[in-house]
Amino acid sequence: MTDSTMTPPRKATKIGDALRRRRNAADLRLRIYGIAAITAAIGLLVILLTTLFLGGYQAFVQTHIRVDFPISADNVDPGDPADGNYRAVVRQAMSALLPDVSTPAETRAIAKILTNNTQFFVRDAVVRDLSVIGGTLTLEVPAADIYDQLNKGTISRETLEENRRVSDQEIAWFDELQAKGAVSTPFNWGLIFNADSRFPEIAGLSGAIVGSFYAILVCFLVAFPTGIAAAVYLEEFAPKNRWTDIVEVNINNLAAVPSIVFGLLGLAVFIQTFGLPRSAPLVGGLVLALMSLPTIIIVTRNALKAVPPSIREAGYGMGASPQQVVMHHVLPQALPGIMTGTILALAQALGETAPLLLIGMNAFITSPRLALWMPPPLCQLRFIFGPIVRNGASLRVHLLAFSSCLHSFSS
Amino acid sequence: MFGYLLLAILAFSIVAYFVGQATGKKFVAVNGAAIHSLPMYHGAYVAIWVGIPALILSILWIALQGSVIDGLLTSSLPSALTEGASSAQINLILSEIKNVAAGREFSVPTDEIRAAADSYLRWQDIARWAMVVAAISIMLLAMFFARTRLAPRFRARNGVEQIVGWMMITCAVIAVFVTIGIIGSLVFESLEFFKMVPVHEFLFGLRWEPQIAIRADQVAGNGAFGAVPVFLGTLVISFIAMLVAVPIGIFTAIYLVEYADDRLRNIVKPVLEILAGVPTVVYGFFAVLTVAPAVRNAGNLLGIATSPNSALAAGAVMGIMIIPFISSLSDDALVAVPRSMRDGSMAMGATRAETMTKVLLPAALPGIMGGVLLALSRAIGETMIVVMAAGLIATLNINPLDSVTTVTVQIVSLLIGDTSFDNPKTLAAFALGLVLFLVTLALNVIALNIVRRFREQYE
Repeated sequence: MTDSTMTPPRKATKIGDALRRRRNAADLRLRIYGIAAITAAIGLLVILLTTLFLGGYQAFVQTHIRVDFPISADNVDPGDPADGNYRAVVRQAMSALLPDVSTPAETRAIAKILTNNTQFFVRDAVVRDLSVIGGTLTLEVPAADIYDQLNKGTISRETLEENRRVSDQEIAWFDELQAKGAVSTPFNWGLIFNADSRFPEIAGLSGAIVGSFYAILVCFLVAFPTGIAAAVYLEEFAPKNRWTDIVEVNINNLAAVPSIVFGLLGLAVFIQTFGLPRSAPLVGGLVLALMSLPTIIIVTRNALKAVPPSIREAGYGMGASPQQVVMHHVLPQALPGIMTGTILALAQALGETAPLLLIGMNAFITSPRLALWMPPPLCQLRFIFGPIVRNGASLRVHLLAFSSCLHSFSS
Repeated sequence: MFGYLLLAILAFSIVAYFVGQATGKKFVAVNGAAIHSLPMYHGAYVAIWVGIPALILSILWIALQGSVIDGLLTSSLPSALTEGASSAQINLILSEIKNVAAGREFSVPTDEIRAAADSYLRWQDIARWAMVVAAISIMLLAMFFARTRLAPRFRARNGVEQIVGWMMITCAVIAVFVTIGIIGSLVFESLEFFKMVPVHEFLFGLRWEPQIAIRADQVAGNGAFGAVPVFLGTLVISFIAMLVAVPIGIFTAIYLVEYADDRLRNIVKPVLEILAGVPTVVYGFFAVLTVAPAVRNAGNLLGIATSPNSALAAGAVMGIMIIPFISSLSDDALVAVPRSMRDGSMAMGATRAETMTKVLLPAALPGIMGGVLLALSRAIGETMIVVMAAGLIATLNINPLDSVTTVTVQIVSLLIGDTSFDNPKTLAAFALGLVLFLVTLALNVIALNIVRRFREQYE
């Protein structure tokens, strides 16, 4: 072909111009839709994380009040320190801190600035160290929930008094304590080490953490070996026939069954038929194990597929039996992939809630027992929120969500 | 007790391993290279024969002990108590005996009950010790016999490998048993339910008021088990979720496949994966504490009556949750379209947008549809978002600003608190679970088939 046979470029006509502009505009439109969609998705994620963080970070600190408790022998008998009149001790201590208060009603009211369990804190401290009887005992005590929220600004001082949970008088008392330097806001260790409580200021997550730990431990111990063994059999040893096809289709479908159905299974089989206890992390762990089993099998099979066949052939060439080849050469090669998949499956199981609700893992536990043999009942991390919401400390709810978000990212 | 027994079995197996291994080493020392299996396999052979029979025995023992003792107790009770009693009454007597035995006395027990409680405790003690003795003697016997079979030419490795092979098959079959267990328990409990409430009433009834009394002294409604409002609510919320997720997901995939450079892809894809990794209960918090109040405020601002747990809030947040599913599955489908088709279209002078909408999207449509169906099944089965953000009362309406309930919400609310497996309230949850299981299974099978056929078309 020569240049002369080529037609000269067509001259841009008006119609052609308009058409091209329209086509380019359509292209631009699609591009803009795409950018808008990505921005929306990422924006929603950012909003989700920001609201969780803004709502939750305040729960990491807590308002404490330093009080000198006069432990007089009138109130506490040195012979039987566990049975003293600690309510009176708390009232006297608070009256000493706020000397303007005189009426009995107000004396009761200022004792409520401290958490309701203050008397038990004092009692425990006295029982631990009897030498304070007759002297004074200085303790940092958590402030009651409403004062904690006042201090953190979640209860606004600008709100009209009748709409506010703290009265002007109570705010004045709190300000007086603050002016005296009795108020401090240290890190909230109770959040991690305390168990459930009716009082938000001393409620914590230890029951939930212990329960989650046991449940995930059981889940790992059951699902990890079973899943790997099943995957090794299906990938390396199983003959290709109808039965293994059924098993394979079945595993793929099992991975997509809604998690709540596993809860129904656990309720009907483990609790109703086998008579295992409700709320026990053993049952929760088993349900989670059944749920994460298909995931672990699928990732293990993929990891095994990725091991080059030359490794197997070399093993056979050296006279190893099929099982020796798999155990000594293929599995160690596939292990990093298997571990990654297993950790993802366990993270998913740890964040799973719905099936655990059905088997009673939302129990209200005030004293988690750190025993080895599956102490019923312990509860799952998420489900501590019920009792706390009822008591009005939504801060902690945010924090829970926040912390469970964190663990899912760390994987 | 059982825990200590498990530890004992483990300890015995370890001892057995070393006994076998020592024997194997002796063979090596005497016969040199002429032995069949490595000492390790001799050890494993003895350990397996010691550990596994004892483990199976003790698990069976624990499983059967309860019913055997119950049977013994029932037959030992004076006939005045058991004469003409239904099985439920006998169960009541048995549980009273067990309560008394455990020291929980709610009322002063009769002499017969107290005597039965004493013998219950005694039998339990006997059973427990008998289990320990039986397990230990089986282990000792097994260790002796397995040890005597060892010889320089003994094929210990083949024996071990055979047993390990069977153990692996058992593990693979467990996955099948899970499915059978799911279907079995759902179908069994649902059949019980359909004996009390006819199937057609459940599937086509228009009133859903399941909160009926489980104990005689509870105040509760009369009950109606027509699940249509519940199904409708599920559809409304899933539809809203798809309305949010499908456009965002597909346009994200289009942009990532057609326009984005590698750098942007490497940023956006992991970020979307974070969206997929957030536990659903966190989305639930987000829905109930952030989105629902926002929707309500917006509604109030416009003067529209909005429920505090509107379907819109739950559905929208569920939509956010499934964006990554749709975007990554659509992405895969678009990438799977052969390059030649895209090149051909571009060579004809089509713009990128025209290539995308007229060539790639139609070609990838089956794959994208499969992804959307998978996401839909995910939305229907999703529980925590709706438990926290959707309503509890089943009403027949499709107004997204009103509160609706879903199948999963009803399952949770029926099974929290008192449950009793002879009451339609508890069993209704299993019937709902069966419907949920069948619908999601059907959606998954269809979706996987579509996706597979689509892949085959281009491979």
